[in-house]
Amino acid sequence: MHELLLIVTIAGQRVAIPAADVESVVELEALIPVPKAAAHVAGLAALRSRVLTVIDCTASLELPSGGSDRFKQAIIVEADGYPYALLVESVEDVVEVEMDVRPVRTSLKGGWRRVARGMIDVSGDLLLLVDTAALLAGPAAQAA
Amino acid sequence: MDDLLTEFIAETREMLEALGGVVVAWEATPSDRARLDEIFRFVHTVKGNCGFFDLPRLEKLSHAAEDVLAEVRAGDRVADPALVSAVLAVIDRIGELVQALETGDAVASEDDELLILALSQSAEEKEAAATAGAAGTVDSRKSIRSIRLSVDLLDRMMSGVSDMVLARNELSRRLRGAHNDLGVENAFERLSSCIAEMRDAITRTRMQRMDSLFVMLPRMVRDISAELGKSVALEIDGGDVELDREMIEMIRDPLTHIVRNAIDHGIEGATERTAADKPASGTLRVSARQSGNQILIEIVDDGRGIDGDKLVKKAIASGVLSAEQAERLSSHHRTALIFEAGLSTAKEVTAISGRGVGMDVVRANIERIGGVVDVESKPGQGVRLTLRVPLTLTIIPALTVSIGGQNYAIPRSATEEIVRARNSTVRIESIGGSRVAAIRDRRIPLVSLAEVLGIEHECPIEEQTMIVLKPAGGDDYALAVDAVHDHEELVVKPAAPVVMAAGLYAGTTLADDGSPILLLDPSGIAEAAEVVLDQNELDKLAPPAPRVEHREEGVAALLFRTFAGEKRAVALTLVERIEEVLSDTVKFSGGRLRIAIGESILPLEGCGDSVPEGQLRILRLSDGNSEIAYGFAEVIDLVTLGNELCPAASPGEVGGVSLIDGEQVEVLDSYWLFGQYAEGADLGRALVCALPADDPWMRNILRPLIEAAGYRTVSIGDPNAEGADLHFASAEADPPSDIAGTIIKLRARPEPSGANDDSIYRYDRAGLLTALSVHAGQKRA
Repeated sequence: MHELLLIVTIAGQRVAIPAADVESVVELEALIPVPKAAAHVAGLAALRSRVLTVIDCTASLELPSGGSDRFKQAIIVEADGYPYALLVESVEDVVEVEMDVRPVRTSLKGGWRRVARGMIDVSGDLLLLVDTAALLAGPAAQAA
Repeated sequence: MDDLLTEFIAETREMLEALGGVVVAWEATPSDRARLDEIFRFVHTVKGNCGFFDLPRLEKLSHAAEDVLAEVRAGDRVADPALVSAVLAVIDRIGELVQALETGDAVASEDDELLILALSQSAEEKEAAATAGAAGTVDSRKSIRSIRLSVDLLDRMMSGVSDMVLARNELSRRLRGAHNDLGVENAFERLSSCIAEMRDAITRTRMQRMDSLFVMLPRMVRDISAELGKSVALEIDGGDVELDREMIEMIRDPLTHIVRNAIDHGIEGATERTAADKPASGTLRVSARQSGNQILIEIVDDGRGIDGDKLVKKAIASGVLSAEQAERLSSHHRTALIFEAGLSTAKEVTAISGRGVGMDVVRANIERIGGVVDVESKPGQGVRLTLRVPLTLTIIPALTVSIGGQNYAIPRSATEEIVRARNSTVRIESIGGSRVAAIRDRRIPLVSLAEVLGIEHECPIEEQTMIVLKPAGGDDYALAVDAVHDHEELVVKPAAPVVMAAGLYAGTTLADDGSPILLLDPSGIAEAAEVVLDQNELDKLAPPAPRVEHREEGVAALLFRTFAGEKRAVALTLVERIEEVLSDTVKFSGGRLRIAIGESILPLEGCGDSVPEGQLRILRLSDGNSEIAYGFAEVIDLVTLGNELCPAASPGEVGGVSLIDGEQVEVLDSYWLFGQYAEGADLGRALVCALPADDPWMRNILRPLIEAAGYRTVSIGDPNAEGADLHFASAEADPPSDIAGTIIKLRARPEPSGANDDSIYRYDRAGLLTALSVHAGQKRA
C-alpha cells in the first residue's frame, strides 16, 4: 500500500512523517512564551487568525536543545481539534513509498523510542517513521 | 411553538426517516431480529417521549405497537404479514400525527382505534379492521420550519464570525491611525453593526433552554424517591434561561448526580423529618438564573445537611488531610470537602450513590467547561449547591495587562476593581510571610503575577497596578501587574491541553495586532500562588490603619519632566490647567516667547530657546492675577513636597531643590517667575482717560497705547467721561472748556512751541507714560 510521507529533519535526524497528518509547512514569526507550561511547549504563534501551540521537537525528544530560536520552520498538524506547529530544522519533500514499516532494530535514545512507529525505506535510506501525536504529547506523557 | 415540542417533532421525524428502509426490509423478512429491534426502539422512544407532553393519541398508538412488538420479541407472537401491516400502519399514523402537530392540521381520529384493533390477535377484530376504509392521509407537506444541523457546521459558523470580529478589530485599528473621510467611517460603522448582529444571531443558534435539562427531573425525582421510600416535592424555576447547547450536555450528568445525592443522602425519611420538626415531605428546589455573563444553577434541599466535622474526621482518617491542615479550615472549606475524591460519609453504598466517587467528578466536569461548583450547608437544615457556568465560551470582555514586557488578558467578569499601588488608599503589608494588600478598609492577599509565572521582573511592587480579582466561587485577591492597558471584547478560543495543563490559563486570543495573547484564569492563578490566607483570618485582624504620611504636612506639587529631560516640581496650587497646544501658536515676539491661547497671549517659559514641533504641552500657571504658560515634556506624578527645601544659589526660575523619592528635584520659584514675567499688573482701579471723540489719531494710535499701559479710555462726550481722571487734548485744537480734572496736551510737532509749552510730543512715548503714571500715582496717593 502506497502512502505519502513528508521527510523533515528534527534534532539533526532525517525522519518521515505521514503526510496525511500534516496540514501545511510554514515559517513562523513571533513566538510568545507560555510560562509554566511543559518544557516542550515553545510558545504560541498566530497564523491567519488561528493560535497555534508551538512544540519544540528537540525538547519533546528530551534532547539538549541547540537554541530553538534559529528554527522557525514548522509543520502544522492538528490533534483533537487543536492546531499545533512542530518546529523542524528543515523540510525536504513529500515522497510516495510502499508502507512497509519495519520494527526498529537499533536501540533508540531517550525520547526517540517514544515517538518511533518503525523504520521505513525511503529511496534506499532507512528512516524513522515518527508518530506526531507522541511528539505533541511530549515527555511528560510517560510520567502520567 | 414550544421548543421542546419542536425538538420532539424533529427527532421523531428523523427517526421515521431513518426507519424508512428498515420498515421495508422488515416487511420482506419479518423474522429479522435486528430490524424488529429497531422498530421496537422507535415506538418505545416515541411512547417514552409522549410522557412529557400531552399527546394521548400518540401515546396510545405507540404503546399498542410497543406491546405487540414486545410480544414478538419475546417469542409469544409470530410476525405474520397481517401483524406487519398493522404495525406499519400504526407507524404511518404516528408520522401523520407528528406532521399534523407541526402544521396544526387535524387528522381523523376514528381510525386510531381500528389501527390498534388490527394489532390485536383475535380474528374477528382483525376482520373489522380490514373492512375499515383506508385512513386518510394528510397530503401536502407544509414547509418545514426547523432543520437539524450538525454541531460541526455551527462551530464553523461561530468560528467564522469570531474571525470576522478579529478582522474588524484589525481594520478598526488601522482606520484609527489614518485620517479618513466620512464615507469610509460610515461604511465601517455599518460593517461593524452588521457583524455585531450576525454574531448575536449565531450565538443564539447555539443556545438552548435549561428546560431541556429540567424536563427529566420530575420523573427522576419521582422514581428515586419511590425507590427509597422518601417523599420529595420538586420545585423548578428558570427553565427559560438559555445556555450553550454543549454546555447543557456537559451539565446533564453532574446535575443528575447532585439531585440523586440530595434525595438519597440529603433528604431524610418521613419519621426522621417529623422528629426534627420538619414537614414530612422534603423539598428539592432546582433553579437557574442568569447573572452577568454567568448562569447560576442552584440545587437546594431541606434535608439533613452536610456535617463538616464528620467530613474532616473522615478526611484525616483517609489521609486526605493532615490534622494541622484540618485545624485551619473554615467551616465553608470543611463543607467543601465533599468535593474531595474518595470521601463519602454515606453510611451505606447504595446503587444510586455513596461510593464517594461522585462529587469530585461533578466538580471536575463543571470545571472543565470553565465553571465552578460551590456548596453551602447548615447541618440539620439542608444543602445549597451552586453551579456557575460561563454564558458563552467565545467572546469575553477582558482587560489586557502587561508584565515583564509581555501582554496577557484577564476576564472582566472576575475583575472587581483596579488600583495603583501608589494610591494613598492602598497599603502593602506582610503578614506571616505572605504579602497582603490593604485597600481602604479591607485586606486581601496580594499575588505577584511575575512570581506566579516565574518571569524576571524589575518593576518594584510599589510601582505596579493591582487588580482586585474575584474568581468565580473563590476568595478575592489582588494581582500585581506592571500596567493595565485596555479593555475590549476578545474572541477566546480554548487552548491546547498541553497549555491548559499549566493550570494558569483559560484560553487564547489574538490581540489587535495579530499576536497571540493568553487569557489568564483567576482561579488557577490563585491556586498556583497558594492563596491560603483565609478571608476570615484577614478580617479578624484590626482594620488597616490609615496610611500615616508624615508628608501630609507638605505642599502638594506636580512633578514633571522638562524638555531638557530634568525632573522639576511646581506647587499644585499654581497650576490652573494643563493644555496641549499646537506649536505654531508660539511666536517670539515683543522680546520673548509668547503663546496665543484663545483670546489671551501668555508669556511662554520652560522651552529654552527652541520650541518643539507639533503638539506642545503647557502648564498654565496663575498667581491669581496673571498667567504664565510653562512648557514641559510629560507629567510624572503628583507628589508632596516636604518642608525641607534647599534654596537655590541665586534667584532664578528654580527656587530650590527638594528630595522626592530619593531624587533631587528642582522646584520652580513661583515668586521669581511671576515677578519676571507677569505683565499688565493690576493697578487697582484703572485710571480712566478721556479722549476726544473726533480725533482719529487719538482714537487709533493713542488709545491702544494707553490701554496697553493698563488704563481705561472713554470718549469725551460719553456719559462715562464725566468721572474721568485724565483728559487728553490735542495742543493744536482749542482746549475744551468744561473739563474738570487734569488735561494732558499732546502736540503734533516734536519741538515745543515755546518755553511755556507744557504739551507732550505725541510720539514721546516715555514722556507720555511718565505723565500717565505720575497722575496715576497722584490719584492713588
